[in-house]
Amino acid sequence: MKSRANGSVLRLAAPLRAFAHRFSFALLLMAAVGLMMVGKADTVVVEGVRARIVDAFTPILGAFSAPAASAARMIEAADELVRLHAENDRLRRENELLTQWQQAALRLEAENRSLRGLLNVQADPQASFVTARVVADAGGAYVRSLIVTAGRRDGVKRGQAALSGHGVVGRVVEVGEWSSRILLITDLNARLPVVVEPSRTRAVLGGDNADQPRLLYLPPEAPVSVGDRVVTSGHGGLMPAGLPVGVVSYAGERGVRIQPFEDLGRIEHVQLVDFGGTGSLVGDTGPAVEPAEKVGMGRQP
Amino acid sequence: MMGGFWHKLDQAGRNVAPLSTVLVLMLVGMVPLHLPGWGPVAPQLVLMALFYWAIHRPDLVRPSLAFLIGLLQDLLTGMPLGVNPLVYVLVYLVVLSQRRFFLIGSFGMLWLGFALIAAGASAVYWIAVCVLNMSLVQAGPAAAQAILTIALFPIFSWIFMRLHRAFLLEA
Repeated sequence: MKSRANGSVLRLAAPLRAFAHRFSFALLLMAAVGLMMVGKADTVVVEGVRARIVDAFTPILGAFSAPAASAARMIEAADELVRLHAENDRLRRENELLTQWQQAALRLEAENRSLRGLLNVQADPQASFVTARVVADAGGAYVRSLIVTAGRRDGVKRGQAALSGHGVVGRVVEVGEWSSRILLITDLNARLPVVVEPSRTRAVLGGDNADQPRLLYLPPEAPVSVGDRVVTSGHGGLMPAGLPVGVVSYAGERGVRIQPFEDLGRIEHVQLVDFGGTGSLVGDTGPAVEPAEKVGMGRQP
Repeated sequence: MMGGFWHKLDQAGRNVAPLSTVLVLMLVGMVPLHLPGWGPVAPQLVLMALFYWAIHRPDLVRPSLAFLIGLLQDLLTGMPLGVNPLVYVLVYLVVLSQRRFFLIGSFGMLWLGFALIAAGASAVYWIAVCVLNMSLVQAGPAAAQAILTIALFPIFSWIFMRLHRAFLLEA
């Protein structure tokens, strides 16, 4: 009797369990889609949570990345040892060339200083920087970003420029207590105002996840050719003008592409630079700078 | 009494082995290797681990856990929120429906099954990212990543098998 009752309960329970099982999958899938909508709608909260999580995992990532970095350095050192003679030769020639350039730069600097003095030019604000180690290049095929070991307590702020030895690599998009995320200039969502140097043509550097980002909003008849240097324009106030970004590597009917000066796959350290800018990132919460009239009116009694 | 406690602790430790492998592989996958061009095509180690454990120990890596792992990965890597949970739960669902076939089949069949699932997962990633960014994202790196993931599956599968035998079969 008892066993028969158990059997009927089991017979009833099996389809129920199957239903609950299927229902739980549907619930999880719906939750995933819901998360996508939340991620699109409420970027501030999501960013805060991301920063906390990255903070929590940065020490582990730091420990993991240290041996990888030293292995990479060892391979590079061995490679250099093999090419020592040729490298020495190349450096000697480069040194000669650079000495000439140094003379030119010194002359120009003196001339520049005297002209600035004559014109009473306002100097750019002083820059300060922190250097941070790269502990993760996350995102796989769809996101180009780095996690670095400097955060709010080191003075890092959202929107600061990230530089490496050769030029701009990206900007800070997320700041935790002791870690932050850098969006590289090649990322799909990265936009950087630039000028093409010889012609002073303005454009916006826009990533599309390829190794070489594109130049957007170029005037149709812009005189851009392969080999032109591209530097930041300083528009938007996030970055000062004149930081090197890359050179034009392709200019044709499929648009203009830039080869960044820095090899973005091999960055070990970055400088996060505070130029005292007052610009705001697209998607920032609220205006970073209040309109002048509004401030003035508020002060009036 | 004490023996029972230690035994339970030992069993609990063994039972978290699958989850630990998934988490460790997630972090290992994020380590910058400083190889030119590696980052965008770095194989999806988490996908391999989830595939293996969903076949062999679905009781220890549940669908809700797959969801949470995906969420953690989204938060850490800066991917649009929700993409990894969606892919992992879908992969889990497909694996579970074909589980019996994977358990009795040869390794070749298992590899083929993984190849199909990895290709499907890559397509879902691509579509989701395109929709969320409202633009056509390059599919090249995604395809290369899927191929590399499939190609490296035997090595990681062997590692999972060794871990499986070492931690979960003798007890």
